Amino acid sequence: MTAPDAHSAIDAVWRIESARLIAGLARMVRDVGIAEDLAQDALVAALEQWPTSGIPENPGAWLMGTAKHRAIDLMRRDKMLDRKHAELGVHLQAEEMAVPNLEAALDDDIGDDLLRLIFTACHPVLAAEARVALTLRLLGGLTTEEIARAFLAPVPTIQQRIVRAKRTLREARVPFEVPREAERAGRLSSVLEVVYLIFNEGYTATAGDDWVRPALCEDALRLGRILAELAPQEPEVHGLVALMEIQASRLPARIGPSGEPILLLDQDRARWDRLLIRRGLAALERAEQLGSPLGRYALQAAIAACHARATSGEETDWTRITALYDALAQVEPSPVVELNRAVAYAMAFGPAAGLEIADALVKEPSLRSYHLLPAVRGDFLAKLGRREEARAEFERAAALTRNARERTLLLGRAAAVATGTANQDDPQ
Amino acid sequence: MRFMMLVIPKGYASAAPGTLPDPKLVERMSKYNQSLTNAGVLLALDGLHPPSAGARVRFAGGKPAVTDGPFAEAKEVLGGYWMIQVKSKAEAIEWAKRAPMPDGDVIEIRQVQEMADFTPEIQKAAGPTRLGAQ
Repeated sequence: MTAPDAHSAIDAVWRIESARLIAGLARMVRDVGIAEDLAQDALVAALEQWPTSGIPENPGAWLMGTAKHRAIDLMRRDKMLDRKHAELGVHLQAEEMAVPNLEAALDDDIGDDLLRLIFTACHPVLAAEARVALTLRLLGGLTTEEIARAFLAPVPTIQQRIVRAKRTLREARVPFEVPREAERAGRLSSVLEVVYLIFNEGYTATAGDDWVRPALCEDALRLGRILAELAPQEPEVHGLVALMEIQASRLPARIGPSGEPILLLDQDRARWDRLLIRRGLAALERAEQLGSPLGRYALQAAIAACHARATSGEETDWTRITALYDALAQVEPSPVVELNRAVAYAMAFGPAAGLEIADALVKEPSLRSYHLLPAVRGDFLAKLGRREEARAEFERAAALTRNARERTLLLGRAAAVATGTANQDDPQ
Repeated sequence: MRFMMLVIPKGYASAAPGTLPDPKLVERMSKYNQSLTNAGVLLALDGLHPPSAGARVRFAGGKPAVTDGPFAEAKEVLGGYWMIQVKSKAEAIEWAKRAPMPDGDVIEIRQVQEMADFTPEIQKAAGPTRLGAQ
């Protein structure tokens, strides 16, 4: 095996094994920061040894064995054992004695360990951006460089964010466990929020020149699918997976040949990925079977499913979509949901119905710099023939968006409405 | 990116119609399939009946000609596939290495083409987007 081959093979093993490795170690040492350092040490050892020795038959067990030896070495070498470290050493040795067949034990417990790791990485004591970085790093197996590239942030920024997040978890003494019933719902929503944040950053990039970054969508989907196996009894987990699968099904249709965004109603539905739609509808069905009323993600998935099932914008069951948005506005009242509800009402009952809902949002402080409000109002106004007001709204929206592709699209619409041609929009 | 892991079972070219997999193998495969699902990488999978129950439609001289299976000239035939979504070809290879295949079987790994792999010219040929049709 050549060195580059060996390195890409090791990267692949890391991608597959790292979360399980870190999760298993974290259970032993009760600290995700130390667990990750130990796992990294094992990776370094693999990078040193595997290119000459070849990849072991069971690379996961090799990495785990190596990491555990490092942990014990570390304990023995450390002459200034503080109480925590002393406890840690005892814990590790007891673990070694109690678990002669490490691999079998791992298989049994690994699901629980992974779930603990996800809940810990997404702990509300951390800011959202710290949760995102830590989750991609610990669960997604991404390197700091990959995370930095995905979020267009400097590597040291992400590095610091991860170091601080691990320190915060330690200082806050966040236990490595699945939360108890009383706080479980709240903690789960924190996990789902992180996964969906990652997905959305890929689906509609908030910054940069590209409208989408599909690799991030794939990372989020992978996390969601893992979570669906770890917590199969949670309807909202399936709801989120359904939402992401169906939204991702549109990725091939959302970008034109020169990278420009194509909005939902203008997409060539033949390009929607039927496999992902089928998976999304199946996940939605699981969510619906597990419980009603539907939660925020399942409701959004149900809305996305209405689009996925329709052969065209005209064929879409807009009345059902307005009902789903009414339900969503109850479960998750927010100005952004209201805005989407406005779009659905416009499609079902005409632009005046939509404008009425949208107009109520104009004074909403949280939407002051949100480009989609003027974009949507511009669309309703254009359809109502109020062209001058529409043009001003599109221009306002163009000035507010941070995405270069979207700005071009909005300026195009402003110009088009001024000259009296074309109109289209993007109901979510 | 997506990869097909195409299974080429030993001796499947000459398997009798209705040949079904060994329950022990199916049990091992189920466990493997679950590990792919648990890792969030499995998109789809299927097993195929042997070629003796199939047919080939040949295109030569501009006219389709049909031959029923088995196909004397075929040495390696497909027995099934997994479609997985992973980060790299190396990861697809790593997953394939973990499959509990009987001795002599082969897994061929092939990347699935996506719209983004195509030149604008091919994308255009693939069908008019509404934007292009305006």
